[in-house]
Order: sequence, then C-alpha cells, then structure tokens
Amino acid sequence: MSQDVAIRMTGVTKTFGTVIANDGVDLDIRKGEVLSLLGENGSGKTSLMNMLSGIYYPDSGHIYVGGNEVSIKSPKDAYELGIGMIHQHFKLVDIFTAAENIMLGLEENGRPGSKSVTAKIKEICDNYGFEIDPNKKIYDMSVSEKQTLEIVKVLYRGADILILDEPTAVLTPQETEKLFKVIGNMKAAGKSVVIITHKLHEVLRISDRVAILRKGRYIGTVDTKDVNEQILTEMMVGAKVSLNIERDEPVNTVKRISVKNISCNDREGLPVLKDVSFDVYAGEILGIAGISGCGQKELLESIAGLQEVSEGGHIIFSDPKTGNDEELVGKSPRAIKELGVSLSFVPEDRLGMGLVASMDMTANMMLKDYNESSGIFVDKKKPEKLAKKIKKELGVVTPGITTPVGKLSGGNVQKVLVGREIASSPTVLMTAYAVRGLDINTSLHIYKLLNEQKKNGVAVIYVGEDLDVLLELCDKILVLCGGQVNGYLDARTTTKEEVGMKMMYLSNHGGK
Amino acid sequence: MEQILTLLQSAVVFGTVIMFGCVGETISEKGGNLNLGVPGIMYLGGIASLAGAYGYENGVSNPNGIVALIIAFICAFAASVLGGLIYSFLTITLRANQNVTGLTLTIFGSGVANFFGGSLNKMAGGVGQISVPVTSGMYRTGIPGISGIGFMVYVSIAVAIAAHIFLSRTRKGLNLRAVGENPATADAAGINITRYKYFATCIGAGISGMGGLYYVMDYIKGTWANDGSIENLGWLAVALVIFTMWKPVNAIWGAYVFGVLYWLYYYVPGLGRSSQELFKMIPYVVTIIVLVVVSLRKKKENQAPQSLGLPYFREQR
Repeated sequence: MSQDVAIRMTGVTKTFGTVIANDGVDLDIRKGEVLSLLGENGSGKTSLMNMLSGIYYPDSGHIYVGGNEVSIKSPKDAYELGIGMIHQHFKLVDIFTAAENIMLGLEENGRPGSKSVTAKIKEICDNYGFEIDPNKKIYDMSVSEKQTLEIVKVLYRGADILILDEPTAVLTPQETEKLFKVIGNMKAAGKSVVIITHKLHEVLRISDRVAILRKGRYIGTVDTKDVNEQILTEMMVGAKVSLNIERDEPVNTVKRISVKNISCNDREGLPVLKDVSFDVYAGEILGIAGISGCGQKELLESIAGLQEVSEGGHIIFSDPKTGNDEELVGKSPRAIKELGVSLSFVPEDRLGMGLVASMDMTANMMLKDYNESSGIFVDKKKPEKLAKKIKKELGVVTPGITTPVGKLSGGNVQKVLVGREIASSPTVLMTAYAVRGLDINTSLHIYKLLNEQKKNGVAVIYVGEDLDVLLELCDKILVLCGGQVNGYLDARTTTKEEVGMKMMYLSNHGGK
Repeated sequence: MEQILTLLQSAVVFGTVIMFGCVGETISEKGGNLNLGVPGIMYLGGIASLAGAYGYENGVSNPNGIVALIIAFICAFAASVLGGLIYSFLTITLRANQNVTGLTLTIFGSGVANFFGGSLNKMAGGVGQISVPVTSGMYRTGIPGISGIGFMVYVSIAVAIAAHIFLSRTRKGLNLRAVGENPATADAAGINITRYKYFATCIGAGISGMGGLYYVMDYIKGTWANDGSIENLGWLAVALVIFTMWKPVNAIWGAYVFGVLYWLYYYVPGLGRSSQELFKMIPYVVTIIVLVVVSLRKKKENQAPQSLGLPYFREQR
C-alpha cells in the first residue's frame, strides 16, 4: 500500500433487508486530496460514507486507515481515527450554542462556555477562514452558518479526513463559493476531503479525483483533469440495459391536462418549482425524470391539489365525460379526485403515504372511497371484494386479506397501493417511484398494469428513478432540473446520455 | 399571622415530597425518558424504607438511630432505582412505549407498596398500625440551631441545586441534555446514548424515591396509610416538572408554591367538603396555565426536551 493512501476500502458490502446499498465496493482516499463521490440517487454514496463515519456497520469487507485494518463500530471510533462526516441533515442540537455543540461528547477539561474552548474554536476559524460566533444559538443560525459550524466541529475533533454529504444542496451560489474556498484551505493544510455530490460542474471545479458509484457498485476512479461532463455522465448512468418492456404505440391521444406556468415554494419559502409548463395526453405514458428533490413530488401534488401553487399558474383538465375544461388550481383535493385524477406516491418508507400499516387490505381499500357510502355503519362487502380481486390479479403474496399490510413485503405493499389506485378507474393516473425497491419480475408486472391503463385511454404520469425504465416504458419524458423543465423528449428517440445530461445540467434554453 | 406561618410550614413539608419527585423526573426527562412511573417509584421508595426500618428496629434490642437512618435510606434508594431499572430496560433496551410502561410502573408500585404496607400493619399487631419510632425520629430531627424542620427539607434543596449545576454547568450534563434533545446528534458526537439514558432514568428514579422516603418517615411519621396519597403527590411531582419548565432550580420555589396552593383550602373559611376538592385542583390548573403561557411565548429553551418520549434506534432509515 502506498504511503499517500489515507483510507482504503475493499469489498465493502452493506444490505438493508433485501435492498443492496453497497456491493463489494473498493475505494481509496488519498492524503491531501479532494475526492468527489459521484453517483445517481440510490447509488449508495451516502451509505458507503456512513460506514466510514460509524453510522452503519458493513456486512462484509475491509477498511484500512493509514495502512491498518480497522473496525468502525460507532461515530466515536470514527473520530478517534480522524474521520469526520458532515451529514446532509445537520446533526446539531437546536437549543445549544455553537460552542456547546462543538464540545458535545468530548472528554476534555474545561466546562461548557469556558475560555479555553472558545479560544480553540477561534484558532480553527482563523486558520481556515471560517466566521462563527461561539455563543450564537443554533435556532438563530442560517443554513450556511450551521454547515460551517458542522465543519468546525469536525475539525475541532482533529479530523484529517472530512466527508461532506451534498454540501452545496442547501447553499446559495455565494455561500457555495465560500465553502469551496474553505475546502481549498483544508486541502492546503493536508486534509483529505470527500464530497458526495451529483452536481457535475462542482465535481469538475473542485476535486482532484472522481470516484463513481452506480447502483451500489463501484465503477472506477478517474483523475478530474482527464474527464469532462460527457465522460462522467456515461460512467454514472452506464450503458443502456434492455428490459424488454412491452410498449404499444399510443392511439387516440387527446390532451388531458395542460400545466401552465406552475411555480411553488416549500415550507421555508424557497422555490421548488419554477414556471413549469407541459401537456399530458390521454393514452400516453409521460415519464418524469430528474434527480430526487427537483420538484417531482411538488409537481404531482400541485396537480392533485395538495400543494399550493403561486399566482399565475394554471392547470387545465379536459374532462372526458363532459368535454368541459376545468381549472384544477384552487380546487380541493377531493374535488380533483372526483374528476378522476388519482395519485399514488410511493415514499422512501413505502408506508408513509397512502396506506395504514396496521390495517388490513380491506380497510386500506376503504380509505379511498370512505365518503361514497352513506349511513353510520361500515359497508365491508365492496372493499372486501376489491381486496380479493387485487390479491388475485396482482398476485399479492399474503396469508389473507385480513393480514395488516405492514406485515407484507415491500413489493406486495406497493402492489396493494398501485392496485387500489388503478381500481378506482381514473382518467389520470399519477405514480411516483412505483417500483422503488421491487425485484425485476414485480416491476415488470407493474409496468404491464400501467400499459393496460394507457391502452384504456388513461393519461399516465410516471415519476421514476431508473433511466432505462423511463426510456422503455414511457412515450414522452419530461426532464426536471432544479425545479425547472429542462427538456420534453420523445422516449423512443432520445438516449440515456441525453436524459442524464439534462437531469444534471440546466441548458439555457430551458423549456421545450 | 400564625395561620400564615402554619400554612407556610405545611407547604414546605408538602413541597419537599414533590420536590424530590420533580427533580428526579426532570433528570430522567432531560435524557428523553418520560417516566410516568414516578408515583409508583415513590411508593416503592416509601415502603422499602418502612420495611427496612421495621426489620431493623424489631431485629435488634437497642436500635441505633444513625444505623436505622442509613438502612431506611439505602432500602428506599435501592428499591426506587430498581423501579427505574425495570422502566429503563423496557423503554430503552426493548423500546416499549414510555407512557404505557410508566403508567404500568405506577400501578405496579402502588400495588406492591400497599400489599406490603397492609401486611406490615398486620404484623405490627396491636392497634393495627405499624410504627418505627427510632428511624422516624431521626428523620424528623432538625438541624440544630437553624430550625425544627426535618433535615430532609434541606437535603431536597441541595439535591435540586446539585441537579441544576449538573445539567447546566458540566459536560456530562450537556451530553445528557443533547441525548434528550436530539439523540442522533448526540450519537454522532460519540455519546453512548444507552448508557446516558439508563443512568439518567435510574438515578432520577432514585431521587424521586426519596420523596417516598420523606413522606413515610417525616410527613406521616413512620407509619403506613393505604389511602393513595403518595400517588396524588407523585402526579403533582410530574406536573411540577412542567411547571418548572424542566429546570430543577425552579423546583425549589415551585414545590412550595404547589404546597401553598394545595393547603389553601384548609385556611379559607367556610368551605364545604366539595369546594375543598375544587381548591385541591389549583396546582393542576396553574400547571395548565404555565403550559399555555410557555407555548404561546415559543421560547425554545423552555419547552420539553425535543425527543421526550421517543425511542432511539441508530440504523433506522
């Protein structure tokens, strides 16, 4: 092993249940370098780094720090080895001051708020160019200040290897510049910095080398000076894989929904969607591509009436029953649902949205049409029939329809969720991450269901993570980048690289 | 004037019981564990001290006061910590629901204590009332030259001050508060969550149990009554934690305020039996008012620890 390797990981594997997060990953981190860890969402970047910081423990594989094999069982072990990680969600106690957060968990002398601690914090700030007020409470701090504090905290513990998980995701361009300057200073001081990111221009600007992960596997490490965006995108998305999804030519397409100039903000008032416009056609599957958190969820929720839309936005729905055009903005979610617009969103934890884990299939069926029957007593016959039908047609593996859905495996839970939405015979079917964490056969089954809906003249919107699927399943692909429309492509003619580039690089023309 | 003095004196005696309960519970809650078993733990502490003292006073022909005092203290502390340990094992290791576990512990504690209390009364024979005059006499000794009030009153104040210093001035206290606020952050900072939670809950229970010891030995003078008053006091201690806004130093005056409010009915002339009960409600009403005011003011430092009542599991995704 050469002298300049700070950390070496070999054959590291980590699984969560049946989901493989990392599969035999080999990675070297050199001393005094800035290494970018690049990959799509769900490619295992964060879980790999969590194993270095002691949050997760690998199932198998070896980790060497400074040439010696180590076992990192807790964050404390990681600190002792000089590894510090700045998580995407800051690990700070809100009601404590900056200094109190920094000294948390340390076993050294000096009581909280003492001069020696403050002096040491100031020394670190001066060395690397941070600005921090040790007595400021966290809840009074901006995001950028919190991040700075996290870095100071790690340096205070004497870390030589810093891992930053998507550090620029929450920063303004000016704050990003400041961060890059600090990273430069740390590199000059001989520290190794690992940046987890999927922003290509940042990778090219700041890092010495780039390590690429794809679907939990290690693809390779390249010197930044030898590559460009094109090469990196190809390494990230990989060669096209054929999935053999049956796709019929769309017939009798008519415009069903017309989204015009939709913008909306998140809870903190930051814009999530910016001036989004596109059309959805009945009898087609519209795929929505984008790295996660680019506004996909908000877009679907706007259509479903769950998300407030800024003034000036319109969503026009052409009702096939009456032939009238209806404005959806301002309608209640229930009114929109009654028009036949259905949303099934599969969140990361699967059960968070749409299903109640402790209730059985029948009861979960009732959640969708609880307001359709009258009287104070529950009519169980109809939902029971529906539950049985879904179990049979979709092949849900369950001891019976009276088993709580929380006891089913992930794939079967999703079948119940998607099956219920389809059973309500919608005119617009929106699904997000419908195949998240499912095996290939179950996924194919769900694609088949979506295709049947398309054949029946339903307008299907499919938000997906896997580019191969989007290319083979959908008729058109809408690419979102940072909350804006960055392309409206024909899925039959476009390439994986084109979609991948558009996901990560906002072209100046935007729109169509 | 004399009436006010007696009111104050009974308020101090009353307040001492709940001050112990409150300070112990505050330490537990600062670590994120809402232990509704405080009444049960006070029961356990009370009955254990009584049983220990009774055993000692009847076992030797000439019981020594200091030894009796130490035995009662150790029995009360050990039994309370044991109660805390049961609670900790269920909620921290097995991640059982804290509210349910706490309430169960209260029912368990009161059952055990009243069972043995009744048995002890029977064993004592005679008028059917147990008494441990030597131990109780020791606990009712004042500090010479200061006052005639039992010395445990001063101990309770010292414990509250010590808890305040521990929580606000020491590193261990800082770490413990971090565990209660945001265990994931504390974990990432290298703090052993399980160990902190166990220690806080068990030592907190031990301190709460002192309330039971003081009640039995001083308040009812070394006897036992199956009337459920310990339980009432225990719930007041839990309410007092909220009233003090999780600051033990506030318990020093807060407990006495509760005492005054509780005994007020005795000194208000012309109250019938039913209106007396209304007056006894006042401490709870005041707690609710404090809760409302604190929530309206939205000052984050005065709120309950953020992760209070939630179990912690590191690899949760």
